[in-house]
Amino acid sequence: MRKAELYVSLVLALFSVYLMFKSAELPIGWLPGEGPGGGAFPFWLSLVMFVSSALIFIRALFGASAESRSTEKFMDSESKRLFMLVLLSLTALIGGIHVVGFYISIPLFMVFYIRFLGNHTWQISLSIGIVSPLLIFSLFEKVLIKLLPKGFTEPLFYVFFS
Amino acid sequence: METFWHLMDGFVTSFELINLFMIVLGVVAGLFVGAMPGLGSVNGVAILLPITFIVPPTSAIIFLGALYYGAMYGGAISSIMLGIPGASTAVATTFDGRPMALKGQADTALIAAATASFFGGTVSIILFTLFAPPLADFALSFGPPEEFALMLMAFATFVGLGGDSILKTLFCISFGLVLSAVGLDILSGEPRLVFGNPSYLAGLITGDKYYLAEFTIGFMRKISFLVLAIGIYGIGEMLWTIETTKGGITFSQANVTLRGIIRTIGALRKNIPMMTFGSLLGFFVGILPAAGATPGSLMAYGMAKSFSRNPQAFGTGIVDGVVAPESANNAASTGSMLPMLTLGIPGSPTTAILLGGMIAWGLTPGPTLFSEVETQEFVWGLIASLYVANTAALVFNLAFIPIFVMVLKMPFTILAPVIFLLCVVGGYVPNLNMHDVWLMLIFGLGGYILRKLAYPMAPIVLAIVLGPLAEESLRQSLSISQGEIWIFFMMEKPLPDQFFTEPRIALLFVIMSVALFSFPLVKMVLNARKQRQS
Repeated sequence: MRKAELYVSLVLALFSVYLMFKSAELPIGWLPGEGPGGGAFPFWLSLVMFVSSALIFIRALFGASAESRSTEKFMDSESKRLFMLVLLSLTALIGGIHVVGFYISIPLFMVFYIRFLGNHTWQISLSIGIVSPLLIFSLFEKVLIKLLPKGFTEPLFYVFFS
Repeated sequence: METFWHLMDGFVTSFELINLFMIVLGVVAGLFVGAMPGLGSVNGVAILLPITFIVPPTSAIIFLGALYYGAMYGGAISSIMLGIPGASTAVATTFDGRPMALKGQADTALIAAATASFFGGTVSIILFTLFAPPLADFALSFGPPEEFALMLMAFATFVGLGGDSILKTLFCISFGLVLSAVGLDILSGEPRLVFGNPSYLAGLITGDKYYLAEFTIGFMRKISFLVLAIGIYGIGEMLWTIETTKGGITFSQANVTLRGIIRTIGALRKNIPMMTFGSLLGFFVGILPAAGATPGSLMAYGMAKSFSRNPQAFGTGIVDGVVAPESANNAASTGSMLPMLTLGIPGSPTTAILLGGMIAWGLTPGPTLFSEVETQEFVWGLIASLYVANTAALVFNLAFIPIFVMVLKMPFTILAPVIFLLCVVGGYVPNLNMHDVWLMLIFGLGGYILRKLAYPMAPIVLAIVLGPLAEESLRQSLSISQGEIWIFFMMEKPLPDQFFTEPRIALLFVIMSVALFSFPLVKMVLNARKQRQS
């Protein structure tokens, strides 16, 4: 926990500095007769972010906050494994949408998650994997007329909309 | 009297078929998300908001309002049956609800919780009906300086009374505000904090024609509050729950019968003082911007215990320990809607998301909701629907307890992918944009890590919703005063020999903000002095 607290506050502080530089592309000062310029709001707030994350870091260094004194692990190996699996499958789901579209990505994700992470039977996994895209298709594409990306499977769907 | 007629009009709206349907749907959805560990009202509202765009705004807010109520009821079910709070708002209910279930009184606890929820809901909605119109009237006189000072006060409340690390709260508020500044500068129209400006192709339907259209993506279009909310309360919350519910769960048995319900409700008469106390406390805590139903119910439990004649009985499974937090969380959820509707300042994370939704529907949250004819149907329809939803939630809750107990047995490994799926679709649909989906994943991940390190999440969500409004009112005020800050304290510019002119209402808010910001400092100094003395 202590390491995580230190690293995270350090990253946040650096990120704040980056945001300050980005904000400074617009006037950050006081325009006479107008008040603050366009970059002022984000700039000064990024400065607050920087100061608070820097102070969090310093406090953590001296062990002044509860998290920095905690000897508990940020994640034990079991949760780390689970976390990584979930994260990777989510990334694959979203990345897959770009290539193969929702209607291939979703069933694959559902079946993978339910069968391999959840250890349920193939019957349950496959039925949920097939039913969920059908439900999503009828609700979003048919009722809401919000088309979801289909990647290279796009032409296969023209028949539903002609 | 005018209020009464408005309320009657509201009932007419809420009894329209579609709205009644929305109430029932909302209550059932709310009971479900409330009962499922890992999901609460805020998660339900964030994940389902994109879907509500199918119905008109009035029906949509009615659905979400009913969901908010339903979740307050539902939270108690898993708190009592599993000993795991179904939602953070029901944490305090586990303290006595779980021991009661372990003593074999699960049914009594469930009925008491439902009745107390109904009691809290009723008291607070009546208070709401009485307070809202005059407060909105008063707020009509507010100009940009008052609006800004009010928002400053909302953020100050997080720092002063939030209870989390002050530095982390301060960081989260500023971070949310900076996120809200991404996009085009509201006054000059220049892009800021954008990182390139790519575009992509997607399918669109106009009439019955299907074609591909080009969309601008990237940060040019601002960061939608919904992307952040779904990221934190959908993805992040799921990651959190996956980690915390690895262990086994033991179920209690409950046998709810009509006779049991009547007997228990009859016996609840002696708990009425506690319920009244919980309702009033919950309502007023709910109004505060930093607090919502979670602190409301925890405070109600704590104070009920300290005022009780036998405090040592609390925690062993007594009815008073269930009814105090349960009446408070419902009352607080109504209370938090009061500032959202009358002042445009949300009183809880859930109402912050509702407020963002109202802006997305093209409404201006704030006092004009009550004064303009076009929006009166919306606001009174919502208020009347809360009465209906409260009753509906009581009936559904009591009637379907066995079903909800069954639902609780649904494995989390099936629920989680379904929620992930809803998040991905919900992140994509409002703007038809994959950029938003990636951003949502990043926010989910970041939110999860920050939450593990005790960074509070509510201020970020509140800040991204209020950010554009805060910046606009700040810069409007300053352009009125030509860049001088007297505008936040007084009505007119003081002459060179004057120190002060007529004060304005904003001054009061500024003073309260300063007091709230300095509150933790004062506490620190006092603590240090006490330590030195001892």
